[in-house]
Amino acid sequence: MFHREAGVFKTSYAADMALYPLPIARWTVAVLAGLFIVVAPLALGTYPLSILNLVLIAVVGALGLNILVGYSGQISIGTGAFMSVGAYTAANLITHLHAPFWLAVPAGGLMAALIGAIVGIPSLRIKGIYLAIATLAAQLIIEWTINHVQAISGGVQASITIPRPTVFGMALKSEAQIYCFLMFFVVLALVATLNLVRSRIGRAFVAIRDQDIAAEIIGINIFRYKLYAFAISSFFAGVTGVLESYYLGIANYEQFQIDVSIDYLAMVIIGGLGSVLGSVFGAIFVTLLPIVTRLFLEQFGSILLPGADLLNVIPNLRLVIFGGLIIFFLVVEPEGLNRLWRNIRNYFRVWPFSY
Amino acid sequence: MTKRSRSVLALAAGLAAGLACAAARADDKVLIIGDQCDRTGPTQIVGTVLCPAMQDYYRLINSKGGIDGWTIKADEIDNAYKVPEAIEAYERQKQMGALLMTFYGTPQTVALNQRLEQDKIPTTSPGFGISAAADGKRFPYLFPIAATYWSQAAAAVKFAKDQLGGSLKGKKIAYIYYDNPAGKEAMPILEALQKQEGYELRTFAVPPPGVEMGAQIIDVTQRFRPDFVIMHLFGRSPSVAIKGLKGAGFPLKKVVGLVWASAEADILAAGGWATAEGYNTLQFAGAGDDYPVRGEIKAMYKKDGKDPPKEMADTVVYNRGLLQASIQVEALRNALKISGGQKPTTEQVKQGMEQIKDFTLGGLVPPLQITADDHEGGGWVRIFSVKGGKFAAATDWFKAYRDVVEHAVKTAE
Repeated sequence: MFHREAGVFKTSYAADMALYPLPIARWTVAVLAGLFIVVAPLALGTYPLSILNLVLIAVVGALGLNILVGYSGQISIGTGAFMSVGAYTAANLITHLHAPFWLAVPAGGLMAALIGAIVGIPSLRIKGIYLAIATLAAQLIIEWTINHVQAISGGVQASITIPRPTVFGMALKSEAQIYCFLMFFVVLALVATLNLVRSRIGRAFVAIRDQDIAAEIIGINIFRYKLYAFAISSFFAGVTGVLESYYLGIANYEQFQIDVSIDYLAMVIIGGLGSVLGSVFGAIFVTLLPIVTRLFLEQFGSILLPGADLLNVIPNLRLVIFGGLIIFFLVVEPEGLNRLWRNIRNYFRVWPFSY
Repeated sequence: MTKRSRSVLALAAGLAAGLACAAARADDKVLIIGDQCDRTGPTQIVGTVLCPAMQDYYRLINSKGGIDGWTIKADEIDNAYKVPEAIEAYERQKQMGALLMTFYGTPQTVALNQRLEQDKIPTTSPGFGISAAADGKRFPYLFPIAATYWSQAAAAVKFAKDQLGGSLKGKKIAYIYYDNPAGKEAMPILEALQKQEGYELRTFAVPPPGVEMGAQIIDVTQRFRPDFVIMHLFGRSPSVAIKGLKGAGFPLKKVVGLVWASAEADILAAGGWATAEGYNTLQFAGAGDDYPVRGEIKAMYKKDGKDPPKEMADTVVYNRGLLQASIQVEALRNALKISGGQKPTTEQVKQGMEQIKDFTLGGLVPPLQITADDHEGGGWVRIFSVKGGKFAAATDWFKAYRDVVEHAVKTAE
C-alpha cells in the first residue's frame, strides 16, 4: 500500500541491476538491517538472543540447501553430514594449528564443498528419489567415518572442544557478541545467494531444474553445473557446521545426524523452494515453532489439565501441533511460506483498489 | 528480500521475549531447578519414566514442607534429544534463575558444558556425558554423581573375575557394544585391565539402531566362545542381545549388562523374566520396590486419592530418577546451610553438591562421597540379577580398579 511503483525510472544499467530497484524497498532493508545488526544485540536479553542465534545458524544452512534443492532441483538428505565435515575440518584446524575463525570458517566450507562435489557425482546419472537415497548413503558413510577414524574425530568420544572465536584479540563470549559474529556470516550468505541466483551460474541451475535436457541443448554443461550446485550448497552447509561448532564450543558428530538433514529439508520445503526469502522463513519457522508451541502450551495448558498430567501432555502435544502446522501450511500453500507472503503482499499492493 | 524476513524475525523474537518474561515470575522462597528431560524423541523409553520420577520426588519434598521452608520449583523442558532445543531450554532456565540443572543425553551435555563454565551453574548428568567429567577440577560444574562408563566397565570386569573363580588369567571376555561414542567409551578401561588381569578381550560392534545382531551373536557364541560377556547397549538392542544369546544357548548368568541394558523394559522385551533368568545387570541406583522412599511416594498418591503411577513399575529407571532428584535436593539443602538460610547462589549449590556423603535414601543411593575433586562420588555400582521374576541383589555396593579408572580420568584429553 505504501509501495508506489509508478514513477520509478531506470536510467542506467546499474539502476536496472539493483537488488532493490524501489527506493522504499532500499529504505526498508536499511532500517531492518540497522534494527537487527545494531539494535537487536544491544536491546535484547540473553535468552531471546540465544534463540535468534539458533535461527541465524539455520538460515545459513537453509540457504545452502535451497540452492541445491530449490534452484537446481537436486534433492539431498546429506546436509547434516556436510555440516559435520565442515565442523570437524575447522575443529582440527583450530586445535592443531590454532587457526583463526577467518581461516577456519572458509576451510570448513571448502572441505565440505569438496566432499559435496564427490557425493554429487551420482546426480549426473540418477535423479529424484534415487538421488535422495544416494545422498542418504553419503550421510551414513560420513557419520561412520567420523565415528571410526580417530584422526578426524579426535578420540573415542568423537568430540573436539574448540575455543570461542577471537576477533581483534577479543574472545566472543556473550550471546550478543556471538550474535554479531553470526550475523556477519548470515548477511554474507544472503547477499551471496541473492546475487548467485541472478548470475550466469544461478540461471544455469534454474535451467537444469526446469528441464535438464533442454538446458544441455542450449549449451549448459550439465556435468559442471550439477557439481557446482552440490559444491556451493555443501559449502554453505560446511560453514553452518563451523558456525554451530563455534556457537557450542564443540564439534560432535551426534549433532549432525540424519534428523538434522531432515530438519533442513523441512525448512526449505516449508519456506518455499527456490527462494531466498523462503529459506529464511523456513529456518525461522522450523526453529521457532517447537519453542513457541511449548511456551504457548505452558501458558494456556494449565486451564485444561492439572500440573503433573500437563508435563506428560506438553511434549507430545507439541509434536502433534508441530506436524499439524506443517501440514496446514503446506495444504494452504504448497509453494511455501514465501508464496503465502507474496500473496498477502500482492493483495495489499493494489489495496484498496484490487481490480 | 531480506527486509520481510527481518520483520518476521522481529515479530517472532518479540513474541518469544514476551512469553519468556511472563514465564519468569520471581517468587520469594522458591528454589528453581532447571530440568531437561525427554518424554519424546529417541530416548523416550527412559525419559517417560525418569522425568515423572523426578517430579514425584520434588513433589514429595514439597509436600513435606520443602527444604527448610523453601519450595522446589522444577521447570521441566523436553528437548526431544535435540541440541538446538537443549540450548534454548538451557538459556530459558538460566533466565528463570535456575540454581541447578539436569541434562539428558551425551550430545546435549557436551554441547552445553562450555556454557556451564561460563555461567557457573552446577549440573547433574548421571549415566551419560563424559567419563572424564568425574574430574571436578577439569569439569567444575558437571556432576556425573553416578558411576561413569569407565567405572562401570571396571566394575563389570571385577564382577566377571569374582564369578569366574577369582582369576581372569587366560579367560576370554567379549564386549558387545553399541557402535557410537558412548558405546565405545568403556573400551580404554577394558584394554587397560586386559594387561593387568591377562584376559583375552574381543569387541563386537553393533551398528545403530541395534535391532539386528544375528551375526554378532554367532560370532560371540560360536567362534569366540567367551567365558564372560559384557554388554553395553542402548534402546531396544539389549533385549535383542539377551534373546539372541539365550537362543544360542549361552548361559545368561555369564552376561552382565551396563546401566542402559538393565531395565525392566529390556527384560520384558527380551521375552520376559523366565527367558532372562540369570542375566546380570549393573545398576547405579538400587533396583526393586523395597525402599522407604517409594512407600512415601505411594502414600502421597494415596492421600490424593490416586493410584501410584504406572511408571513406578519400571523400578530401575524410576529409582534412577529418584536418585538424581534426591541428590539435587541434598545439594540444595547443603547450600542453604552454607548460605545461612538465604537464597543460595549457584556457586554455593556447587559447594553443597561437593559436600554430599552418607546419604543413602534407605539403600537406594550408593554410599556416594562427592568431593571437589571427585564429582562421580566414588563410582559405586551394584549388580542385580534376574531371579524368579524380579531383580535380586547379587552383590553389595562396590567399586573396582579405582587406580585404573582414576588414571584414565587424569590422562583423558
